[in-house]
Amino acid sequence: MNTTLALAAEFPEFDIQSALARIGSEADWIGLRYVQETTHRRSVRNGKPEDNSVTFERGVMVEARVDGQLAYAGTSDLSEKGLREATRQAVRLARISAPHKAMTFTDRHRPQAVGRYLSPHRAGLDTQSLGEFTDRLIAASRHLKVADKIVNATAEATLVETRLQYASTNGSDIDEQFLLVACNFGVTAQDGGVTQRRSLNGPVARCRQAGLEFFDFEALYAECERAGVQALELLAADDCPNETLDLVLAPDQMLLQIHESIGHPLELDRILGDERNYAGWSFVRPEDFGRLQYGSHLMNVTFDPTVEGQFASYAFDDCGHAASREHLIKDGLLLRGLGSLESQSRLGLPGVANFRAASWNRAPIDRMANINLEPGSGSLDDIVAAVERGVYMESNISWSIDDYRNKFQFGCEYARLIENGRFTQVLKNPNYRGVTVPFWQSLTRVGGTSEMFGTPYCGKGEPSQIIRVGHASPPCLFTGVEVFGGGL
Amino acid sequence: MSFLSEIRAVFDRLAESAFAELKTGEALNLNLSGEDQTYVRFNDSKVRQATQVRQTTLSLTWQSSGRKVEYSYDLSGQQEWDLATLHSLMARARSEVRVLPEDPYLVPLENHGASDRHHAGRLPVDEEIMATIAGETAGTELTGFFASGPQFRANRNSAGQNHWFSTESAFLDYSLFTINASGENKAVKGLYAARDWNRDEFLAAVEASKNCLPLLRSATRPVAPGEYRVYLAPAAVSDIVGMFSWGAVSYNAWKKGDSALQRLIAGDARFSEQFSLRENFELGLTHRFNTLGELPPADLPIIERGQLKNLLVSSRSAKEYGVESNAADPAGWTGEYLRSAEVLPGELAEADVLQALGTGLYIGNLHYLNWSDVQSARITGMTRYACFWVEDGVPVAPIRDLRFDESLYRIFGSELEALTRESRLIPSVDTYYRRSLGGRKIPGALLQAFRFTL
Repeated sequence: MNTTLALAAEFPEFDIQSALARIGSEADWIGLRYVQETTHRRSVRNGKPEDNSVTFERGVMVEARVDGQLAYAGTSDLSEKGLREATRQAVRLARISAPHKAMTFTDRHRPQAVGRYLSPHRAGLDTQSLGEFTDRLIAASRHLKVADKIVNATAEATLVETRLQYASTNGSDIDEQFLLVACNFGVTAQDGGVTQRRSLNGPVARCRQAGLEFFDFEALYAECERAGVQALELLAADDCPNETLDLVLAPDQMLLQIHESIGHPLELDRILGDERNYAGWSFVRPEDFGRLQYGSHLMNVTFDPTVEGQFASYAFDDCGHAASREHLIKDGLLLRGLGSLESQSRLGLPGVANFRAASWNRAPIDRMANINLEPGSGSLDDIVAAVERGVYMESNISWSIDDYRNKFQFGCEYARLIENGRFTQVLKNPNYRGVTVPFWQSLTRVGGTSEMFGTPYCGKGEPSQIIRVGHASPPCLFTGVEVFGGGL
Repeated sequence: MSFLSEIRAVFDRLAESAFAELKTGEALNLNLSGEDQTYVRFNDSKVRQATQVRQTTLSLTWQSSGRKVEYSYDLSGQQEWDLATLHSLMARARSEVRVLPEDPYLVPLENHGASDRHHAGRLPVDEEIMATIAGETAGTELTGFFASGPQFRANRNSAGQNHWFSTESAFLDYSLFTINASGENKAVKGLYAARDWNRDEFLAAVEASKNCLPLLRSATRPVAPGEYRVYLAPAAVSDIVGMFSWGAVSYNAWKKGDSALQRLIAGDARFSEQFSLRENFELGLTHRFNTLGELPPADLPIIERGQLKNLLVSSRSAKEYGVESNAADPAGWTGEYLRSAEVLPGELAEADVLQALGTGLYIGNLHYLNWSDVQSARITGMTRYACFWVEDGVPVAPIRDLRFDESLYRIFGSELEALTRESRLIPSVDTYYRRSLGGRKIPGALLQAFRFTL
């Protein structure tokens, strides 16, 4: 028997329109969101199998509107009885919370929407055998281990198949199917008391909507060897200097810089204060839209779920709002926030189609999707050539920012000193810190070629949710940044 | 039949059916987790989102021929479908293990006994709690999160072990906001958690939080980056202790070069004699059995009077490295993490904290911690919520949030002046995927110096 990576065929179909027709209720409006997701985790460590697991999630979130209040009930019991009970619970919660509601809901918060979406891909999970894929991961971990000083070499892949269907009593009928892949190839090198980590662009930064064609193993093997060699270089490297100078960030660190200091502060539910008990508030005020010079004139940032193959692309968000590309920041000026139809009506400001839930058991909230820094011009070499003294950093390893998204400190895996327009020595333990708006206003060069990255692990919300985001960026130059290294 | 007894019967039926299907040389480990929860989030004392979630996840670990595969799925509650899925996954497991390489660190399943614990609770009625929270906190800009209902964890395996743990409890995790004389937002954080929800106790807790607001309304005292004497309240110390679970106390992480305690383990760095950290399941915040059904010691010292006593060792790590297991859980985000941590208290009376601090910073909460240099056990993060400038033992003004970057070896070592006599029991309020169990018991900490950088 040829055991492929595919699994989903073993589970039965769910007819959402039939379910909606049969549940009945006293609510003014009902919506059903069905989520079926199969997540494969395949990992090896030092040539040995570590994790071979598959998680299968399947359930429905019922939304009910009563007296202008929406409430939710999630269930994995997909029988008519189970869905009726969940509907009863959603109606009950809507009714008892209506006297204390934060806003009044109408049909405009749940527009009628009909459409389909399918992730672009060439090779489905049924096109490769599990045995062959595992052998490839084992080979990758061996390519990572370039010397005895590599004490840990991990090669792991996550493969996700998602089916999301949405139907409502005002005629919505959405069916979106996603095929998502992510990978993590990394090493730890150790020599005496010194330890350094290196990976391919940081843990799980490589993630896309794609099929198995994403895994070009022959190319990956070469990259794994390079990561192993760089980890050894880091063992022997000097610490990053403690100094204020020019900073060049590679696209795989720009992903984190964009995520934390643009994506999160622009979420309208944070600006409204929904998140201030947990993830935090924002320094951005409603009156800042259209007025705040967020960064230099080189800063152009878009919300774009329409990019083919990017990790957080989709056709509709989870209230049926059709997705489109929008400029959040143009020539450095803040124009638009990341807010759903609900947040838009509460704030009276334009937003985007970004109402998303982590799975069937969570209500949607405002989420960034693909947030991209649009390219400028020139190559990385051109940028480096413009630097007299600076540091170039790659691949995030540490992240922290305050609850208003102002004071941040980020660390990277790998750095190079730049002197007189050229890369010189390798530096270990590179960190930098700053404050969001002054930092973005110090943006003086934006490269001409973007690279796409993302993360499957953006956390937010009460109850908490982990969601996928995508970020594309070219390399960028910032001037006058405080950088520093390790030590007590 | 109650939800808990119903799901327990379902689990027994599924387990018996699965175990009966096994052939010679095959073994199966089953874990069940789930909840029936009301989740309500509040903004400005109004209901922003109310959600009911009933969910049960069955995880199965299949072993045969020295190989292992794992699956998990959401139970539907429909016996026929759930059984069919289980048997379908078992068939899949048989075919997968044939094509996977042998796992040299596989831990054969054993019978680690049985346990059965249920903590019954008296929970508030949803309608009443919404009215109480909205009514009693109106005008305080309460933003927060209420969760209430039963949770359960269970484990059975084909060697015969059988563990069950369930609990019924509720919490409100909240912040009260105000604007101070400098025009800045300020907040105080509160948490009321109980198995037996008591309306009067709950209102008293909220009232105590409200009493902090007048001080928060004072004009902000600018504090420049630098080193200051600080008092870290238990919630702040708890966040720092949480970093020990980011690989620091994991034996496996140490062997992989990822532990932040490498220097302590090597004897190149030390903690204060005042600092003792242990895993203490007697706190009653979570089940003792791990995902393999093993029972770790009820009380396991990790650091005792500044000296390392134990790292957390799962049976898988034990097999890989040829050491003894202490039944740490190999699962979870990092594996081998603290599930019920306790920092032993000191001698400083909480009532004397401000006087002992003298002039410096009172830090109520921290936020968004991460390693800034793993090798040096250095952590960065932010102050948050009720943080004050204190002069001669008197809190005089709130501060603007500050970023710190500081080493565990200074926080719990060279700079640790005293720990409080009183400790706080801080249950976990995490809700990723499902409501968490566990928590920490933590005293406050007075430090001679703490580094703020931004």
